[in-house]
Amino acid sequence: MRITLLADIHANLEALEACLADAARRGVDRHVFLGDIVGYGADPQACLDIVRSAVAQGALVVRGNHDEAVAGTRFRLNEAAGAAADWTRALLADDLKAFLADLPLSVVEDDRLYVHASAFRPMYYPYIHGTREAADSLMATEHRLTVCGHVHRPALYHISTTGKILGFTPMTGTPIPLVARRRWLAVMGAVGQPRDGDPTAAYGILDTAKNELTYVRVAYDIETAAAKIRAAGLPDVLWKRLALGQ
Amino acid sequence: MAKANLEPGSVVDGFTIGPRVHKGGMAVFHEVTHPDHNAPLLMKVPILAEGEDPAAIVGFEMEQMILPRISGPHVPRCIAVGDFATHPYIVYEKIRGETLFKRLPDLPLPATEVAAIGAKIATALHDLHTQHVVHLDIKPSNIIIREPDGLAVLIDYGLSRHDQLPDLMAEEFRLPYGTAPYMAPEQVWGIRSDPRSDIFALGVLMYFFATGERPFGDPQTLKGLQKRLWRDPTPPCALRPGIPPWFQEIVLRCLAPDPEARHPTAAQLAFDLTHPEQVRLTKRATKAKRDPWTAVIKRRFHPDSFRPEPPRAKQLAGRISSAPIIAVAIDLTEGDPKLSDALRVTVERILATVPNARLACLNVMKLNRIAIDVAIDDAGNSIHVQRIVQLKEWSRPIPVGAERVSHHVLESVDPAAAILEYVTVNTVDHVVLGARTNSLIRNLLGSVSLKIVQEAPCTVTVVRKPREAVGSDEPQQLETSVPATAATA
Repeated sequence: MRITLLADIHANLEALEACLADAARRGVDRHVFLGDIVGYGADPQACLDIVRSAVAQGALVVRGNHDEAVAGTRFRLNEAAGAAADWTRALLADDLKAFLADLPLSVVEDDRLYVHASAFRPMYYPYIHGTREAADSLMATEHRLTVCGHVHRPALYHISTTGKILGFTPMTGTPIPLVARRRWLAVMGAVGQPRDGDPTAAYGILDTAKNELTYVRVAYDIETAAAKIRAAGLPDVLWKRLALGQ
Repeated sequence: MAKANLEPGSVVDGFTIGPRVHKGGMAVFHEVTHPDHNAPLLMKVPILAEGEDPAAIVGFEMEQMILPRISGPHVPRCIAVGDFATHPYIVYEKIRGETLFKRLPDLPLPATEVAAIGAKIATALHDLHTQHVVHLDIKPSNIIIREPDGLAVLIDYGLSRHDQLPDLMAEEFRLPYGTAPYMAPEQVWGIRSDPRSDIFALGVLMYFFATGERPFGDPQTLKGLQKRLWRDPTPPCALRPGIPPWFQEIVLRCLAPDPEARHPTAAQLAFDLTHPEQVRLTKRATKAKRDPWTAVIKRRFHPDSFRPEPPRAKQLAGRISSAPIIAVAIDLTEGDPKLSDALRVTVERILATVPNARLACLNVMKLNRIAIDVAIDDAGNSIHVQRIVQLKEWSRPIPVGAERVSHHVLESVDPAAAILEYVTVNTVDHVVLGARTNSLIRNLLGSVSLKIVQEAPCTVTVVRKPREAVGSDEPQQLETSVPATAATA
């Protein structure tokens, strides 16, 4: 089975459509959405419509901190993100907010765990910046592969049978064999707001038959996505950063 | 983990187990057969007993990752990889031929023979490096000279590094892993990403094969391994008088502690090994003894002396593409100075963008099909030597170090075929040549540039002389690369 792994869409419709079109060209069987469907971007409704219709066809979704902030009020965000969450909350119909509120924090499928931030205390959405935080997550689960997002920068961590944890910055487009004797933590880059210096949309494809993970980048219409955020009156930082990939 | 039944006659994933042919420290090898494959096959199964060296496991994981992703004549063809959780194994094509380990009783070998073997290995290494893999365990037992084609095949990727895949070996072990006599200093310091580490190991191998002695011995401690950073080896000619200076120059350059001082790519090393007369000799070519203790102590303790550092985040393929071999074919007979200048301008521009490039200036001395060729002109001078002089004169204004330029006169009845052969044998990355303007000659002989554009396995630039139009002194370029069908040359 070939699975697309889509994290941190952040209401960027142009980026999401570009990724889905690219995935369709490569041939995939199902989608997994790794949280933060909304927040920051200007198209929360359209993005949620796409996700909901994918769910109807078997896609899996987990909840991100922005989804939670829009659905309720519990989660605190920084100023720009808070402004975007308030704007989104005012825009969305109740059924869409209810959809967000009902999303699970994590989903298990076969030997894989899907979660937005980390397998370690997922409800607090910790950031995996390096091997230390990766170790927390890898120790918190026995699943062979954990897939997450949240940091907006692609990375791949693995732990050997002797307990050594190593990090790796994946190359775009090279299928990586997830060798069976170790456990893996795959951090996806962001679909809708990349922060690794590359402004193109990031997602992943997991081939469960070949046991290979490919990190993919897709060019998309950044200008349109940025112009919509600007027109919505959201903080300038949110549209400026798209072209920088920062 | 289930233990695979490896009794001869049993079947694992469709492979029928044959006799055990070898048992190494970390794996056993069985001959196997499969109804879908006619070629003889080998199955490598790791020894995974309790308390075994974890490097055996990680090395096997690395090999399982890398081997299916490399191809070509210099690596064993991978047939199947078994699931580690059930049957850990790798099946690959059995290579016909012996490893260089079998040659050890014959050492020392003549320098010319060692250079020929070294060139084969360097060619194989370059092929591997362009596939993003550094071998990191180059030694006689990991090189097979295949029968009947005589090419070098590199085996055992348990310590190798693929620069686009996670390095499972990194930081896994406190001590650096490798084979002590052959390890480059940067490997001793834990750096596993520099293709020039393989050039160092090949230098050790060539030194060993030509002198019968290992340049740095076989140290058993980390301290002993580190010594090679400041203690230079005894020059080969001091061990075996008669080793030619060019050979010593090449080998000692391979053994430079700083990777920057070695040949930038294995292709350039292969080039030197196959063109001894073109090797630019430095002081080390005739060095007769090791450096004095004062120099060694300075290298050991001076704070400014060289220490290995991980190369800056530069990918392997990028490193190789920054050190290409560029060949320029110059027509000395038609003698159009404007075309000759335009060629030089183009070459200078290419060299300006790739600081480690190497330039080979070629001229084809066309032989007659029927008439007896005159190798000596009326005044008694060798035409071959004259051509070399003319080539040197042509390249003299190009601002590039003498060690990076070489000059070659090829003799052939078919100039295009001669250039193509040169380009293929020497893994040239980019050919620059002029378009002949004399339409009569072109009609009679066929276009050399057209044939090269169509058939060369690399980028080809065809340079025309500038148009006579006002203000146009730029050379006109047509750039193309294979597969090229452009018939514009």
